[in-house]
Amino acid sequence: MLRYTEKIQETAKRLLQEKRVDAFIGYGKGSVPMMNQPLMVSDPDRVDRLYWDNFCGLNLCNYLTKRTDKVGIVANGCNSRNIVTHIIENQIKRDQLYIVGIPCEGMIDHRAVMRAVKQKEILDIQQNGKTFVVKGADFEETFEKEKFLQSNCAVCIHRNPVIYDELLGDLVEEQTGVSPYQDVEKVEAMDPEKKQGFFTRLISRCIRCYACRNACPLCYCPTCFVDESRPQWVGKSSDPTDTLTFHFLRAYHCAGRCTDCGACERVCPMGISMRQFTKKLNKDCQELFSWEAGLTLDQRPPLDVYRPDDYNDFIK
Amino acid sequence: MENPYLPYPVRIDKITVETEDRNLKTFHFVFLNPEDEAKFAYTPGQFAELSIAGKGEIPIGIASSPTEKGFVAFTVNKVGLVSSYLHNMKEGDVMGIRGPLGNWYPWHEMEGKNVVIVGGGFAFTTLRSSIIYMIHPENRPRFKDITVVYGARTPGMLLYKDELAAWEQRDDIHMHITVDGTNDPDWKYNIGFVPTITEQKITSADNAIAIVCGPPIMIRFTQPVLEKLGFPPERIILSLEMRMKCGIGMCGRCNIGDKYVCKDGPVFSLAQLKEMPPEY
Amino acid sequence: MTERVYTKEEWIRGLEGLREDYTLFVPVKDGDFHAFMPMNGEKVPDFDFQNTRLSPKSVIYPRSERLFEYILGNADPEANILKESSKDFSPRAIVGIRPCDAQAFQIVRRNFDNPEYRDPWWVRHFESTTLVGLGCNEPCSTCFCTAVGGGPFHEDGLDALVFDLGERYLIKGLTDKGEAFLAKMNGGKPADEAVLKAAEDLTASASQKITSSPPTDPLKGKKINDLFNAPFWEEVAFGCLNCGTCTYLCPTCWCFDVQDEVLGKEGDRIRNWDSCMFPLFTLHGSGHNPRDKKVQRVRQRFMHKLKYYVDKYDNGVQCSGCGRCVRYCPVNIDIRDVCERMNNY
Repeated sequence: MLRYTEKIQETAKRLLQEKRVDAFIGYGKGSVPMMNQPLMVSDPDRVDRLYWDNFCGLNLCNYLTKRTDKVGIVANGCNSRNIVTHIIENQIKRDQLYIVGIPCEGMIDHRAVMRAVKQKEILDIQQNGKTFVVKGADFEETFEKEKFLQSNCAVCIHRNPVIYDELLGDLVEEQTGVSPYQDVEKVEAMDPEKKQGFFTRLISRCIRCYACRNACPLCYCPTCFVDESRPQWVGKSSDPTDTLTFHFLRAYHCAGRCTDCGACERVCPMGISMRQFTKKLNKDCQELFSWEAGLTLDQRPPLDVYRPDDYNDFIK
Repeated sequence: MENPYLPYPVRIDKITVETEDRNLKTFHFVFLNPEDEAKFAYTPGQFAELSIAGKGEIPIGIASSPTEKGFVAFTVNKVGLVSSYLHNMKEGDVMGIRGPLGNWYPWHEMEGKNVVIVGGGFAFTTLRSSIIYMIHPENRPRFKDITVVYGARTPGMLLYKDELAAWEQRDDIHMHITVDGTNDPDWKYNIGFVPTITEQKITSADNAIAIVCGPPIMIRFTQPVLEKLGFPPERIILSLEMRMKCGIGMCGRCNIGDKYVCKDGPVFSLAQLKEMPPEY
Repeated sequence: MTERVYTKEEWIRGLEGLREDYTLFVPVKDGDFHAFMPMNGEKVPDFDFQNTRLSPKSVIYPRSERLFEYILGNADPEANILKESSKDFSPRAIVGIRPCDAQAFQIVRRNFDNPEYRDPWWVRHFESTTLVGLGCNEPCSTCFCTAVGGGPFHEDGLDALVFDLGERYLIKGLTDKGEAFLAKMNGGKPADEAVLKAAEDLTASASQKITSSPPTDPLKGKKINDLFNAPFWEEVAFGCLNCGTCTYLCPTCWCFDVQDEVLGKEGDRIRNWDSCMFPLFTLHGSGHNPRDKKVQRVRQRFMHKLKYYVDKYDNGVQCSGCGRCVRYCPVNIDIRDVCERMNNY
């Protein structure tokens, strides 16, 4: 993973020097362990700030929306699928983009790491291929990366970018035999009352900071429905019904568009697993329309088009 | 402990449609508890929060003058949730007003000076308050010449038409009413934008102070006219609008730099504004 | 000044005994992190924590708080007239509050309790609350309390301060409120010289452990418009998601929104936390928005904390150095870095 840093810097420098792009979007190393920052560089002499490691879990496609310049961007599997969706939804044009593809082996779940060291303060992390070493003031532990993947990465079957102008490494083998919807199936099996209880508990810590929405490249509405005042669809207090309405409706807005990049969960300050909402809709899209978002530029998401052979059983 | 968020209950006593597009109405409120009227002692230039149960509050400049007793008046433009609801309310309905809030025009400094009032569109409300206040027999001797330039898009969009006509007849106030354009063959006042008419009609900045209220574009073009006439920035007074909630400098949204428009304003001199970030 | 020593068991028992006199808010393990919750027999206090993820500001300033109630319609002569909601202002104590979070209340107080206006809810909640601090033996790498006038065992803003001496706690009363709290607490014994010496050593060694400290003194000498127009804001703001994480986790962010909520013929006027990160915060009814762009909103947050507040109150910055925003900002915008940029501009 770390080997990409140098390649990203070289590529960005070349693209900026050759004026192929006006700016290059990637990640910079964060000021605290396990946190990286989205970074835009337009000066070829400042590309040394670009960085890549196992904690690049934010979705950079978020920063492409309605840009008018020509940009280079690093993209792993899920990010590239969001770029596809962005192009389909006219948020950016393909010819504005120079996509630097990164075959990805998954990102590390920083919360899992913190749990593993019992929430003691982590001062440094060294990443060495399949393992990583976590250091604190009075401890040092080595962990296997595979056991600490973000939960979306653990079940990812599109690690390689689906669209790119240049690839920075050999394609990686895609995972097979993963069962991505086990947790969804558990919820599906519940009766309505239990489901209600499950979702109410799930969001009980939500503080309505909207980090999940704002980190999501799909959420680019000029005014989100929660911010509308005429009519006001949702109350703004900490009322659980309003909070639940926000999460449900947001998930529905993402139906057939979500690439399960995991950015929403990663950014949530309260550690809420809001993928429980979006995954159910991903599963439905797969089962009803054989659809996975962002794999191809020439097909629009299922809820965006009508086909005579669409699933219609819900109309009684 | 006194609760600065608690509105005084009021009854809508009178509603006047001001403009031909019916988007501006003047509401006269009477306090349900007569003792609240004394508590609501205000000075021209201040504003209040109009409070409607179930809808919320809106900050609106006070259009009546403290010299007018028995009611307070506000002219409200129909734009958002609360103002649209208010426009559908009827005489006799009960709601609340909270205030008075903010600072006021620099009446102390204006004493003994020529006063130039420049207003545009529906921002004329606190200027009406000021004119009524100044021409009151008790106050009129405190000020020298009073000159008013007031413009709207069309004759039908002018506020307080009867009062404008009455002021035109007086010899202790110089009125220059103008419209951007009109088809009315009987229009007997000026035609032209407020900055242009200001340039034509105001001849001197000597011992004068100017109060300017209007849409941003009018303010932007009037400012250089006044400066050219010789008004120093300290003697050009403006009143700003901002989204507000608390009105008492606590909720945090109406700041420009370290000033809160609701508490440190809404009235600022151009000299003050030049020291503040241009974020309004 | 009372100085008493408790064994850790005595301390918990003592707190149990105080539940009749106070609603006690204590750190409780809640999933991956700690949160201040009422000690009610079910929730077990856990003082082995670095700091809670959410600051305890919500004890005094709830995320959503009903201010007024009313009924709608025309039938009732009292209809459409707002009545202040009844509130419980009985004594509370936040036990285990970190000194930075207590100092934060002092910072926020300047907003809610000033010579012109007093916010009746904030003031009464604050006045009814006793702050029993727990000093920080092991400050985090993201803490910078010493840079903003505080410290791991800083006493200002606290009513009592607890020192964790391993097997035992030393508690010092600092104000009348703190003394009253101690007077009601059972158990413990007077502190001897050795204990006081140990507490002194602990205080000194903890301060040494604060490693990151951007100076905040240079900010005062800068001009607002110079900093406002500085070129670095675009770069600072690039990654910002404009979410409310920083403002909601921050113990010194106080901005709020007021909303009316109606069910049938009954309604409430509610105040909710708001955030300068949200475009709606400053959107005019006309559609004009003075802080329409992300960069303007990011600049507002930092300028407010590190410049506007400094100029307005002449009493330091609007930040108590708790480091929550540094740790939890999802895109790693680091206030220490922004402060340095402002210092150096």
